[in-house]
Amino acid sequence: MSAIAEKGSGSGIDIAALRRRLANGRDMWRSLDEIAGTVEFRRFVEAEFPAIAEHLPAKPNRRTLLKLMGASFSLAGLAACSRAESIVPYVRQPEVLVPGKPVYYATTLSSDGFGVGVMVESHEGRPTKVEGNPDHPASRGATDAVMQAAVLTLFDPDRSRTPLKDGEPASYGDFLKDIAALVSRWTASQGQGGALLLDASTSPTLAAQVDVLRARYPKLNVYRHDPLARPTAGQASRALFGSTLTPVYHFDRAEVIFSLDADFLGEGPGRLAYARDFAARRRVRSPADWMSRLYVVETSPTITGATADHRLAVKPRDIEAVAAALRAKLGAQAEAPRSPVDPTWMTALSKDLVAAGRNALVIPGAHQSAFVYAIALAANAKLGALGNTVELIEPPDTLQVDGDLTTLCEAISDGVIDTAVVVGANPMHTAPAGLNAHKAFSSLQLLVHHGLYRDETAFLSHWHVPAAHELESWSDIRAYDGTASLVQPLIKPLYDGKTLHQLLAVLGGQFEIDALSLIRQHWSEINDEAWRKALRDGAIANSAAKPASVTAPPDLGGLKPAVQAGGRIDIRFVADPWLRDGRFANASWLQELPRPLTKIVWGNAALISPAMAERLKIENGNVINVAANGVSLDAPAWILPGHPDETVTLSFGFGRKVGSVAALSEGYDAFRLRDGTEWFATGAAVTPSTNDMRVITTQHHQAIEGRAIVRHASLDTFRQDPHFVRKDAPPSPTESLYPDWPYNQEAWAMAIDLSACIGCMACVSACQAENNIATVGPDECERGQEMHWLRVDRYYAGPLDAPDTFFQPVPCMHCEKAPCEVVCPVNATVHTHDGLNAQVYNRCIGTRYCSQNCPYKVRRFNFLDHQSFDKDEAGSEQGVHNPNVSVRSRGVMEKCTYCVQRISAKRIQAQIENRDIADGEVVTACQQACPTRAITFGDLNRKDANVVREKTAPQNYPLLEELNTRPRTTYLGRISNPNGELSKPGEAIDD
Amino acid sequence: MTEASASSPAVLRGRHDFPEISGRIGSIVLSGRLPRHFWTAFFLCFLLVLLLLYSITYLISVGVGGLGINMPVVWGTMISNFVWWIGIGHAGTLISAVLLLLRQPWRASINRFAEAMTLFAVAMAGLFPILHLGRPWFFYWLLPLPNVHMHWPQWRSPLVWDFAAISTYATVSLLFWYMGLLPDLAVLRDRARSRPAQLFYGILALGWRGSAFHWARYQVVYFLLAALATPLVVSVHSIVSLDFTFAITPGYHSTIFPPYFVAGALLSGFAMVLTIAIPLRWAFSVEDLITVRHMDNAAKLMIAAGMVVAYGYVSEAFFAWYSGEPYERAMMVQRAIGPYAPLFWTMLGLNCGLLQLLWFRRIRRNMPLLFAIAIAVNIGMWIERYIIVVTGPSRDYLPSAWGEQSLTWLDFGILFGSIGTFFALIFLFIRILPAITIFEVEELAEEEGKLR
Repeated sequence: MSAIAEKGSGSGIDIAALRRRLANGRDMWRSLDEIAGTVEFRRFVEAEFPAIAEHLPAKPNRRTLLKLMGASFSLAGLAACSRAESIVPYVRQPEVLVPGKPVYYATTLSSDGFGVGVMVESHEGRPTKVEGNPDHPASRGATDAVMQAAVLTLFDPDRSRTPLKDGEPASYGDFLKDIAALVSRWTASQGQGGALLLDASTSPTLAAQVDVLRARYPKLNVYRHDPLARPTAGQASRALFGSTLTPVYHFDRAEVIFSLDADFLGEGPGRLAYARDFAARRRVRSPADWMSRLYVVETSPTITGATADHRLAVKPRDIEAVAAALRAKLGAQAEAPRSPVDPTWMTALSKDLVAAGRNALVIPGAHQSAFVYAIALAANAKLGALGNTVELIEPPDTLQVDGDLTTLCEAISDGVIDTAVVVGANPMHTAPAGLNAHKAFSSLQLLVHHGLYRDETAFLSHWHVPAAHELESWSDIRAYDGTASLVQPLIKPLYDGKTLHQLLAVLGGQFEIDALSLIRQHWSEINDEAWRKALRDGAIANSAAKPASVTAPPDLGGLKPAVQAGGRIDIRFVADPWLRDGRFANASWLQELPRPLTKIVWGNAALISPAMAERLKIENGNVINVAANGVSLDAPAWILPGHPDETVTLSFGFGRKVGSVAALSEGYDAFRLRDGTEWFATGAAVTPSTNDMRVITTQHHQAIEGRAIVRHASLDTFRQDPHFVRKDAPPSPTESLYPDWPYNQEAWAMAIDLSACIGCMACVSACQAENNIATVGPDECERGQEMHWLRVDRYYAGPLDAPDTFFQPVPCMHCEKAPCEVVCPVNATVHTHDGLNAQVYNRCIGTRYCSQNCPYKVRRFNFLDHQSFDKDEAGSEQGVHNPNVSVRSRGVMEKCTYCVQRISAKRIQAQIENRDIADGEVVTACQQACPTRAITFGDLNRKDANVVREKTAPQNYPLLEELNTRPRTTYLGRISNPNGELSKPGEAIDD
Repeated sequence: MTEASASSPAVLRGRHDFPEISGRIGSIVLSGRLPRHFWTAFFLCFLLVLLLLYSITYLISVGVGGLGINMPVVWGTMISNFVWWIGIGHAGTLISAVLLLLRQPWRASINRFAEAMTLFAVAMAGLFPILHLGRPWFFYWLLPLPNVHMHWPQWRSPLVWDFAAISTYATVSLLFWYMGLLPDLAVLRDRARSRPAQLFYGILALGWRGSAFHWARYQVVYFLLAALATPLVVSVHSIVSLDFTFAITPGYHSTIFPPYFVAGALLSGFAMVLTIAIPLRWAFSVEDLITVRHMDNAAKLMIAAGMVVAYGYVSEAFFAWYSGEPYERAMMVQRAIGPYAPLFWTMLGLNCGLLQLLWFRRIRRNMPLLFAIAIAVNIGMWIERYIIVVTGPSRDYLPSAWGEQSLTWLDFGILFGSIGTFFALIFLFIRILPAITIFEVEELAEEEGKLR
């Protein structure tokens, strides 16, 4: 149906609106219809295919899933065929595009609304790999595990492909027509009854667009729904300094760091930069080197706590008391309030902090109360750290909103709002427990949803418009320090998705405008050259926020402890480190990426302390019923050493059944228990039940069994005995029956610094993306058939309630005397001329003897066909494959190759230029992603190589050296810097 | 059972004559009138054959992921089945070749089916290394064939030695068995009434006429083959054990394995001989040809082999401790108290504990009890092979990689399918070929003076 025909002649054109539009425009116009709304002139090809029925059973097996993915892709092919195009080969080659040679574009990915700059590798216009952007302050060349999956979500076959009207496919033209009606209505009523619900975003253009909309529709209400919002920094700074400010930390200047429940290495928009700076300050290679010291008090085990020199686990309700105790100590008050932490610990900490002075740093958890935040800021001010290790800036997030989801729902219930446009957010999944968002949204006259997936909110909405993926969009975004950067598309929208800027423009009556001109318009103050530079560099120069100069008042601005303790048991809510609030639930890489501490995949569990498990007489996987806020949920228990007692950690992101991959995963939906935007709940009740739920983990043994696997020492011990890794180490044989290999060219090798490794799993995710590693699904993971070439082992040592936690990334060791090589009957695993232990997939017949004989168990076998080779079955997810890495079929062994494709690419380049491969030229995927630069890779034959320098460090040791495998991957023993005044954590607290 | 209670029962009971012996043994084959329960049992085995075919089809079309194997324990029942079946074959070779060379007369009436058992066991065993492969259709890449892949098997890999050892063993066993069959095939040819049977046995008999020349040539070749087969009794399982010994995995890397595997092979082999012989002599009323003496001797060999196996267990544990290797020690402790502990103790109970009952003559000569012990030892030996295959890699060097594999229906489908197929082949053999060597029993009757 043509829009014109439907509209008819009698549909009055709003003359007043026309006059307004023409008043300041100089555009040519042909007819009243055109200027009234260009939609009238557009006629879109109707999407003819029927709705794809949701035939997915509750738990489809992998095969069904692949088939459905394939089917939906072929339908997508139909959807894409909106216009016939004749394609001819290049007559003249585009300048930058050489087939087989990837090009890299700088863009920015959003992480909880904040930008992290990336370089995206693109093969003939197909983005395949995300790398960090060294020029971007939030990335510094590193990425995290979630960012790696951006290319996967781009090609996700489950993505929404077409606008839906009341659940049925409709054309974008129809949508524009309906919005045109809405625009006229809002224009008439000044936006009365209208609401805009936005996701977390720091986009300056978005903020400007919202301002434009507000100017146009003064009565329009703008809400933001960010289930992971952590608003207390603003509250605290307003109370202390009278203005909304947010802290930026400088770990490169920090000597003594105290974290009050802050997971600065794992959470927050600045985590990659923080981790880089933090690790750089802890880099010890000789006894003369110095390192910073980290104290952590936390309410749920995090990777930051695992890295700490002193860690204490306390109940969430006690953090404010710890903060108050710190304030008392630093203020040298005679009467310290009762502290849940041993006073000697507090004394040692405060002495250390005071000694460090302006180089001390107290970090409050972003989710902590304003009281804790204010104490931390005041402590920093008192120590003189404000302006040195902590700087306060204007928050990058400048968007002013009228409220959050709760306010919106109230307004809907009150009948104030009848039309809502939901941009990006998925409130139907992430709404808190007490809020009947479903009921409220159901009563809306018009609900428009804009999102990547046909998610829970899309099902409810009258109109759903597919969103363009980040890698398909023009946008802009700010980083944690306020640096603005541009988001540029790597590919044309696969499914004709619209960016949020386009959608907001449409709401403002600009039906035709594209996102690029919106962004360019917003940044019109920078000239074309600067614009191009910003696009190339991935950041707009000098756009970082300037630190505000403030002075802290002596009091806390009237802030009081917020915790109203009731009951005995606390709940600590956390976002799943990979799925966040559930938005990445359909990314199989992230579902299958082991969580850093629990190593749980494809689901979540309620984390409890060993003591609590003992009291409740439960084991891993037993179902417990957790009740709080008048609701309860069943969750499988998981005993986590070092977890604070009488506390349950519940994570968001799971329990979604929308999306074929998400539906495969297990776990509970913690939003069902959450009140408002709280991160803690007190007075919870935990009841064990007799049921079991499946919790899948990839590491079943946590103890190191007294073996010299992770060698570690304190800084003092290291200074006394730099060669501590040799102490008590088993003798390593040097003789072999076989002659040594000659290396006339390179001899590649790797060194992994265990002091720097924070266990963030970015390397594993990057390896998966680079090397086309298949995901296998929950059942296969449970059986132990997962495929990650690189794993990060996590070991515990010491007491169960306060253990030391160690991470150890284990890729292939590329042994000089490789046990796998001699046992392969078909020569499928061989030693290369440059020292790699290569696996020849074509030769492999799958005897699996090599894995049986690998003492490191780093080989991975394709037990089943995990990749689709059938052309008819292959889905769009195949688009993510790296064309330089073979996709492995069933029945062959595979393993880490030291990214041999990258080595080859550099070697070819070097040979063309008739030179040697330079040091640092070949960067493996894991090394490139690593935020802390724990991994060094290079040529052992170059005496000046970084890797040689690392390997000559006194704490360098090979894993299982006594087996005479002579690994090329070696480890630098972990060095920690505990305070000599304190005994081991855990021994000190027994009050 | 008067003779059974005597101190040493005869290897042949009663008095016989040549036509009676050849007629009785030959008529099982030629008359084709087999008891009803024979066919019932065969039908049950046939169902298991179908199960095997289904399981193999499933395995090849879906992949080895259908089995319970995983990382770190990538070897599973396919390897343990293989070792088990190869072991079972060993008793047959020992009886027919070694006892022949040692001039043990009592072997005569049991050597034929013992050899058949060897052959079928090796046939079953031969399936498993192929089914074990991730890409079974490329199994021939293990052969040193000139090929377009431009690569050659790697001779350092025990799997290549294994491949050679098994194929040699299968070839020699087949030749030896067929050689021994020739005179009997001629007897059947001569006694056959129907033309097809005469043709069938006639062709197979290769023109055997029983002339003195034939017998002289036969003796030379048969003894030569026996001499060739004898080292195989030791070598094949030694080489199979090298698959394990060669690996550096704790629990695999042990020099005791070759003799220990051979002893284990004989133990399970004699257990299988008894498992077949006891029902056979009962079902076909040949208790006078296969006498309690045979059963008694087989039981004695079983306990002899069993004591060597027990010594193997002890020395494995001792050397794990004595080596001072933390990995070996931890693996050994984990084997005894870890996730596979129930299997481990069951194995010890069956292979070492229960076996001690055979010290008592009354138990050795009590057929139902002996049969039960033989079955128990068969199960125990399968568990032993499984334990060896899985416990090492499940508890090796890095504790983070520790893990256990599971057992799926496919693991059992293939195991029981192969057992069914083995017995189905035995049934077919009994139906088609003389299960007891006619001419050797006649010779025995002559030598023992038991002729009428």
